Amino acid sequence: MGEPFLRVTAETQDHDASRRRPVQTLRVKMVLLGSSGVGKSSLALRFGKDQFRSTSPTVGCAYLTRMVHLSDVSLRFEIWDTAGQETYHSVTPLYYRGAHTALLVYDISRRETFVRAQLWLKELEKQYIPGSTVIWLIGNKGDLSEDRQVTEQEGRILADERNLFFTETSALSGDQVTELLLMIAHRVNEHMGAQQGGLSEWRGTSCVDLHQNNNIKPFNTCCKM
Amino acid sequence: MMDGGAHTHRATAAWDSSSLPVPVDHLRSMRAESPTPGLVEGTEPGAGQRSTMFIHAQSFEDLTAEAEEEALRAADTAGEECAAEELKALIEEKNIQEQHKNHLSTEARTREEDVSSDAWRSHKKHVFVLSEAGKPIYTRYGTEEALSSTMGVMMALVSFVEAEKNIIRSIHTDGCKVVFLTRSPLVLVGMSQCCRSDKELLRELNYIYYQIVSLLTLTQLNHIFQHKQNYDLRRLLAGSEYLTDSLLQRLDRDPGLLLSAVTCLPLSSNARDVVSSSLQAAKSKSLVFSILLAGNQLVALVRKKDQFLHHIDLHLVFNLVCSSSSFREGEGWTPICLPKFNTAGFFHAHISYLEPASELCLILVSTDREDFFNMSDCKRRFLERLSVRSAYQALKEALKCPSYSVDQVGIPELRHFLYKSKSSRLYTSPEFPEVYQSYEEQERLMVLYQDLHSCVTHPTRPLHSFYRCGETENLLARVTSGFELYLCFTPLSTKAMAVSAVTKLLKWIRKEEDRLFILSPLTY
Ligand SMILES: Nc1nc2c(ncn2[C@@H]2O[C@H](COP(=O)(O)OP(=O)(O)O)[C@@H](O)[C@H]2O)c(=O)[nH]1
Ligand SMILES: [Mg+2]
Repeated sequence: MGEPFLRVTAETQDHDASRRRPVQTLRVKMVLLGSSGVGKSSLALRFGKDQFRSTSPTVGCAYLTRMVHLSDVSLRFEIWDTAGQETYHSVTPLYYRGAHTALLVYDISRRETFVRAQLWLKELEKQYIPGSTVIWLIGNKGDLSEDRQVTEQEGRILADERNLFFTETSALSGDQVTELLLMIAHRVNEHMGAQQGGLSEWRGTSCVDLHQNNNIKPFNTCCKM
Repeated sequence: MMDGGAHTHRATAAWDSSSLPVPVDHLRSMRAESPTPGLVEGTEPGAGQRSTMFIHAQSFEDLTAEAEEEALRAADTAGEECAAEELKALIEEKNIQEQHKNHLSTEARTREEDVSSDAWRSHKKHVFVLSEAGKPIYTRYGTEEALSSTMGVMMALVSFVEAEKNIIRSIHTDGCKVVFLTRSPLVLVGMSQCCRSDKELLRELNYIYYQIVSLLTLTQLNHIFQHKQNYDLRRLLAGSEYLTDSLLQRLDRDPGLLLSAVTCLPLSSNARDVVSSSLQAAKSKSLVFSILLAGNQLVALVRKKDQFLHHIDLHLVFNLVCSSSSFREGEGWTPICLPKFNTAGFFHAHISYLEPASELCLILVSTDREDFFNMSDCKRRFLERLSVRSAYQALKEALKCPSYSVDQVGIPELRHFLYKSKSSRLYTSPEFPEVYQSYEEQERLMVLYQDLHSCVTHPTRPLHSFYRCGETENLLARVTSGFELYLCFTPLSTKAMAVSAVTKLLKWIRKEEDRLFILSPLTY
């Protein structure tokens, strides 16, 4: 992969970057699916802020954004992190409808989550229009190799059979997470980017800076003393 | 022994009826015997003057529940027959311990309970939720095994309840009280070793019931069990147990759940008005409630005209937000049923903190599940207004001292108090003083308040004034048609001091009410 010309920056640092490079920004809807506890929120947090933190289970779903700059285009990932609990299954289709990319996450140390991922895939395929969704199978918690219940080979075979992309990650260590996001960005851009017209352009609303107005020091603005 | 409260099962919101305000006539007759006849409705600070002080008196009321209460009130007055002597005996001051327990729950007379602080501390309260078919749904303590050992008993108890539906029963054994609440399709069982009244336990069970309904809606619950009586609901609730756990903890600690009221972040009325009007301006067609919380305190609440939020629903929102760290990342968007508003359907709540490390959390309740981006935009507009009008700084300043010391009141022997305005359903309370710094001590004080609360809200024989001397503190409860007041004094204080403290405290609250309450809530 052509790493040198790829850059990933958090959206907050993006203002200057986009001014310097007047490239188009396209919106990408990404959805994270999988059993509860496999690390979807942790991956989302890595994607969004490159941090790791344990939180309570997701309620309903969480929304984060992340800007990814490719050489010719910027992609604004709009990430829908769903709750794996059955409580919320009735509303989950809402979140994956129209997704450009779906991440099917399982936990390599819990086989049942791998089985469950296949059920999610079935669900997803009901909505799936070939070519309109980049589906990625992700074996997370790669750091727990001593407790591994699903081999990498099994994951890869399933992915090949069903025509999915496949990666093993660790949200905990961050291993393969940035790489994954970049790979997804490339695939999405190839499949439905500017040329294909599958993505809509983002005309950003300015972010509110809560400190902006509070920090005005009346003298500083006109003359330095 | 059984306690079949005939009035408790008539309304769907059964427990509300048990915390009924005293029927007016009844209250009048009691007031005549009151030790301080000067404090009459409408003259005491913070209470009664609904039309002026609490303009939107029903901001947090469930109007339908109120109508229900009204009906019950009428029905109950007829059935109420208290022997004059009995009533007099109840109004008299009690010393702590045996006496006090005897009337707390006349049915529990056989119980011999040690209320020493060690017993309070070690007390455990169990809560079980079962399906009507007897399947376990939730247990507060223990695991499957622990539950299975009591399963036989539970099953028997469940069918016992079923055999005579409609009637809420309780069982009192030595040192233990078991209370049943059937709210089809669920059966809730509470067990407590401390001397709480059935009513307090029922109140808690109802909260748990509403918590479960808020996740699934009653419609969905009924649907599930109609199709499959034997359904294992734990499947659907898996991953949400922590909400019920934390709600039970709140029930032990949060005076708001006891008082059926909400507390506000102390904030200058100017700043609060800016916050409220900024919320009001950031409206959208599908938006029903805009709620700004700071931890466990309400900062502002703006609602759609003619739509009312019930305090129970608001407490469920508090519980959801405060016990879920997941909302700290990104923006949350979740279906939520507000059961006191409507048990049949979901609202969709946009939940996000104003800043990652901030205590301020904004909840935008929408009727439209497709409206996420609209809600997100409402938040943006709210923040824009807030910072343009530089209220954000004031808000952040206020967050630095979210509570106040009881010393500010200037009554040396007063340690702590709870004051609730009945018309606004808002309450205020100072921070816990030095002597109640530990959780154990705070919970002990809460149990004392709970006992007072039981006495002054007793369904058939409510007291409107109640003084209690103890070894570790003296307590006074005072209830009028406008407010409820619970005070805690040093054990060296006298009753005369306590009585004069009430007037002084009410004056202070009146002086501070701008800051402590939301006096002019807005609608959009
Ligand atoms: N060892 C390990 N733990 C992880 C990893 N990712 C997440 N976790 C932990 O797994 C639990 C569930 O993670 P979460 O992101 O909430 O899962 P979700 O329910 O799929 O959103 C948390 O305790 C995380 O700290 C990982 O890569 N390795
Ligand atoms: Mg999650």
